[in-house]
Amino acid sequence: MSAVLRPGIPQPRWPAADFTQVPFSVHIDPALFELEQERIFRGRTWHYLGLEAELPNPGDFVASYVGVTPVVLNRGKDGQLHAFVNRCAHRGAAVVREKRGNAATHTCIYHQWSYDHKGNLVGIPYRRGINGNGGYPADFKPEEHGLQTLRVESYRGVVFGTFAKDMESLADYMGEPVRQRFDALCSRPIRVVGYQRQLIRGNWKLYVENLKDCYHGALLHAFNSKFGMFRTSQRGSTQMAGNGLHCVLTTYGKKDEKMGSTYAKVGTYKPAFQLEAPEVVEYFEEHDDGMVSTVLSLFPTFVLAQIANHLGFRHIIPKSVDEFELVWINFVYADDTEEHLYRRRMQGNLLGPGGYLSMEDAEALELAHATILSQGGKGHAFVEMGGREMADQDHLVTEVPIRTFWKGYCELMGMRVGA
Amino acid sequence: MIAAELEREVVALNYRYARCLDENRLDDWPEFFTDDCRYYIQPRDNRDHGLEGYWLYFENRRMLRDRVVSLKEVNIYQIHYERRMVSNVEITGRDGEGWVARANFLVVHTDNEGRSKIFSAGEYRDRIVGAGGGLRFRERAVIADTFTVPSHLSMPI
Repeated sequence: MSAVLRPGIPQPRWPAADFTQVPFSVHIDPALFELEQERIFRGRTWHYLGLEAELPNPGDFVASYVGVTPVVLNRGKDGQLHAFVNRCAHRGAAVVREKRGNAATHTCIYHQWSYDHKGNLVGIPYRRGINGNGGYPADFKPEEHGLQTLRVESYRGVVFGTFAKDMESLADYMGEPVRQRFDALCSRPIRVVGYQRQLIRGNWKLYVENLKDCYHGALLHAFNSKFGMFRTSQRGSTQMAGNGLHCVLTTYGKKDEKMGSTYAKVGTYKPAFQLEAPEVVEYFEEHDDGMVSTVLSLFPTFVLAQIANHLGFRHIIPKSVDEFELVWINFVYADDTEEHLYRRRMQGNLLGPGGYLSMEDAEALELAHATILSQGGKGHAFVEMGGREMADQDHLVTEVPIRTFWKGYCELMGMRVGA
Repeated sequence: MIAAELEREVVALNYRYARCLDENRLDDWPEFFTDDCRYYIQPRDNRDHGLEGYWLYFENRRMLRDRVVSLKEVNIYQIHYERRMVSNVEITGRDGEGWVARANFLVVHTDNEGRSKIFSAGEYRDRIVGAGGGLRFRERAVIADTFTVPSHLSMPI
């Protein structure tokens, strides 16, 4: 760790190599945030850029971010996917202003430099001057003034990019358990039903930890337990991949112990409250293995999740060391029946910025970030649920994925660990 | 009802609705709706692109009452006050026995350090039925210009 830290914020210190103690300063140090942009977001990782379903036609584009860097994903005239940094090579203005659309070329409003879908500079006003005045020098080479590009790959219609051109393939980066979930959830054509955005006052890694935190599910999100939806005792699994940086959490239902049907039948477990409108939680079985929910987090900032019949991607966009945007991209299958669409729409009330099962996360993270900040990043988080080991688990009463995440993070960031 | 009287009633309905939520009288909120009501909150960017993308989508009053129970007894969210400014109330047409109306809103949240921030700006698109002081929403579509939620959404808008 070579960053010069903001005075007053202690150097992150990892007392033990088992990562049971996480220095709070990792969430509030601006120098560390800058280093993350270099080593993670512009480093050897793959980043979510968009969906092929959003780009059916040549010229279609979506704007997004890789870390704090604005990027644009395009489908070119050749039908291929291309991505570039959304920053004009001339004077640095954002070239593309819309979040999505279709364009033959992209033209910067400032001096109308224009670029093709690959980011090549193809139009330069007054390049040879006007009436012998001005113009660029004879040695000006447009090919040296294109936009910075990313390498792009797609897996089952989900498109990722990387600045590391010699990066391993996206499929290899994911690892087996992650690919399995993509295969299970993204094998059929999808249709985006909407985008939901929330701006959360906290460091982006607090949300990454939260995604790997099996401990909080039934506790913080009391709708689960009070309405008899999910219990920590339910059969589940915790799998890691990508040197511990990715994680797949899954819960399974027994025949008499499913969300919705549990609720309808009540059974041995008596919920504290009754829903007048159980259609919000009633679901249909979609997976032969009894999988009810799965949350896949692909390092650094991508999520694929199915909660009952609710399907969605999530993209965490760091805005500053103290703030991130969370974008929910909800989808259905193109061949869904009316009944399926109805169920997914009803269960849409469970997730998102105001969902019954998700609204608490922002509040918990903001409480954590505010106190970490007020205490100058001193001290450590205590992460020993499920012991101190790092292996995959066949249950969810554990904080293993948080520990393996920090191990992988420290290696990627080049942080010294122990004592 | 003559036009001026109807307009006064619709404005009064909007004001009562705003005061109910500003005073945190959640139990009274479903009473502003008919049994077969539809209430949804949709970010404007989704609507403009022909996408559903609802933050919440309720299609009967039972679902509204569940939201109230969950907010009061189960969910955890920011401790705050709310204040609504409702304006530009317009009746724009007939809808069977009822009326189509719209209004602008601004919702300000004040946290428990006393700091106030705009939480949401947008528009109500309503279908209203009833008469004689008994107007109710058969549909209230909340279209939020503020399509990025500051933190999280708890209370109805």
